[in-house]
Amino acid sequence: MKVRKGRLAVFSFLVVAILAIVCTTTGNIWNNITKGLDLQGGFEVLYQAEPGQKVNAQIMKDAAAAIERRVNVLGVSEPEITVEGTNRIRVQLAGVQDQKKARELLGKEAHLTFRDPTGKKVLIDGKDLKQNGAKVDFDPQTNQPIVTLQMKNADKLADVTRKYLGQPMPIYLDENQLSAPVIQSVITGGEAQITGQRTVEEAQELADLLNAGAIPVKLEEKSSFAVDASLGADSLRESLIAGLYAVLAIFIFVIGYYRLPGLIAVITLIAYSYLVLLTFMLMDVTLTLPGIAAFILGIGMAVDANIIMNERIREELRVGRSIPAAVRAGSKRSFLTIFDSNITTIIAAAVLFAYGTSSVKGFSVSLVIGIIVSFLTAVALSRILINLLVRSNILKSPGLFSVREDEISDL
Amino acid sequence: MTYKIDFVENRKIYFIITLVIVALSVGSLLIQGLNLGIDFVSGTRLDISMDKPVDLAKAKQELEGLGYENPNARVGGPNKNILIFRLDKEITLQEKEKISQKLGSVFHTKVNVQEQVVDPIIGRELAKNAIISVLIASIGIIIYVTLRFEYRFAVAAILALFYDAIFTVGMFSILQLEVDIVFIAAILTIVGYSVNDTIVIFDRIRENLNIVKPTKWEELSKVVNDSIHQTLTRSINTVLTVVFAAFALWLLGGESISNFSLALLFGLISGAYSSIFVASQIWVSWKWRSMQKEKAGDKLAAE
Repeated sequence: MKVRKGRLAVFSFLVVAILAIVCTTTGNIWNNITKGLDLQGGFEVLYQAEPGQKVNAQIMKDAAAAIERRVNVLGVSEPEITVEGTNRIRVQLAGVQDQKKARELLGKEAHLTFRDPTGKKVLIDGKDLKQNGAKVDFDPQTNQPIVTLQMKNADKLADVTRKYLGQPMPIYLDENQLSAPVIQSVITGGEAQITGQRTVEEAQELADLLNAGAIPVKLEEKSSFAVDASLGADSLRESLIAGLYAVLAIFIFVIGYYRLPGLIAVITLIAYSYLVLLTFMLMDVTLTLPGIAAFILGIGMAVDANIIMNERIREELRVGRSIPAAVRAGSKRSFLTIFDSNITTIIAAAVLFAYGTSSVKGFSVSLVIGIIVSFLTAVALSRILINLLVRSNILKSPGLFSVREDEISDL
Repeated sequence: MTYKIDFVENRKIYFIITLVIVALSVGSLLIQGLNLGIDFVSGTRLDISMDKPVDLAKAKQELEGLGYENPNARVGGPNKNILIFRLDKEITLQEKEKISQKLGSVFHTKVNVQEQVVDPIIGRELAKNAIISVLIASIGIIIYVTLRFEYRFAVAAILALFYDAIFTVGMFSILQLEVDIVFIAAILTIVGYSVNDTIVIFDRIRENLNIVKPTKWEELSKVVNDSIHQTLTRSINTVLTVVFAAFALWLLGGESISNFSLALLFGLISGAYSSIFVASQIWVSWKWRSMQKEKAGDKLAAE
């Protein structure tokens, strides 16, 4: 049979193209995948609304939004704030530098109130504050930093200050009294001041906190998780090294055992790994340490489809079929096996997704991604590649498929 | 065709081995239970990593010096450089800093701390949800396999799946390894792998049943033996590749995922075992009983 160079060229082109794309773009994709805080350091807190309050989906959403505004004050690049269940909020701050400050800031309810001289009755509420109405300024006389508050409704402030003229009007943040200015004159401009801030930073923080708004429910900390940044980097490095050895072992084993189809399996596995990472990036999956472990294990599992197909091809060769016939029959017969075994896993993963919480959900997503991608690569791509080689007529010896001549029986 | 191993012939031995393993696992679970991590019992866990191996006795002494009586501390990590300190209460940031400063100055090393404070409700909820999910998933798998194969295959596959889960949990109980939330993910991976592995053998049995229609025990047993042998290389090679991965992760992947990887290692090997020695054997015994009953019924009808 004549060697068809065209098919061979298409095969080589495909392989080179896959490797080239993988080599040039993987770094970029990797950098664009969000890494969990166990990999880059940071901390996570799970809050739960204290029992005995009115809680509904909208209130929790508002609370999450308020926390988010507050986190932005910290300058964390990608905070993840999610409402879980009916009464919980999970706050994940990867890469946060000052954990202590973050915790303090998150823990405050930041409910601003202006009260009557006894400190019991609330006269004006933080809700009356204009959007971004809190600013840092300096007292013209003492040059101390102060926080100025621009109110939505100037009349309300005027009424209150008229009523309590000459008396102190304490300003509270939660149950802490910030300052208790004595009302010297009726305030008509709608602007109040908080004094007593020691530094500009402190004043700025208070202003930011007030602008972020109060959290509408009382939250209690249920659990927390904090990782130093260097530890996260260590974990990432260790798991990647483990992954490298695992993948090398798998590649050597598959090529050693299956020869040519093994080599094709390795190419499809490279494509598999690449596509899974690409999907992680596109779906904005946060990669955690167990996620990396599952990903590496997934490579081992994705080989299964290649192994099933290659074993089938070898069987067909052993009963004396020609290479093209064996490849055709082997890939056809193995298809349903691979299909059925993967569908059962997808059923399991789908249920886990529907009923699982947080980490179980994330896990099931990567499981499903892995299966679907492995279907594309281990079934479709490896069939294309091996068929190109078969049709180019260069495959003459069954030894390429790791089948010895003496194993072949007559048809 | 001569067999290297007659898998079906020795099925009673495999059943006994399997039952003994299940009994040991369940027994250990009942007697000593699981070594639950702080995900399931409230408290704080500090993973304090240093530049060099930790002197546990000295570290414990220092912790006692700071007022923690009988500190629950152990050493972990590939280089034995992580001190894992568990407390049954929450600690403040100041206390945490005090500990890391003290240890840093005593051992002359840079100290990094990973801290985890947990309310057990969350972990228990997660475990409960995971168990419910596995049960529902099992029903889904049973329905699918019954439609595509037959109900005996479905039930046998699910029994093998439960065996793998029980074995892995049992091993963690026997060895008293710490169980945390990530362990649940490992069990779920094992569950997925176990079914996948079993179905490949069952698929072969189904295919071979279409070629030979067995009526005698020898024929049925031959179909199952043939099917296991035809898929044996695949079974071994697939489990080898996943074991390479799990083993590398266990050996090199760091302290945080070492138990996760070990659970995978147990479960994946068990998954390969149970497909051949549990699922297939249950199926062949059950199928034979059904065939005999049918025959008896036919005879009765003929008379």
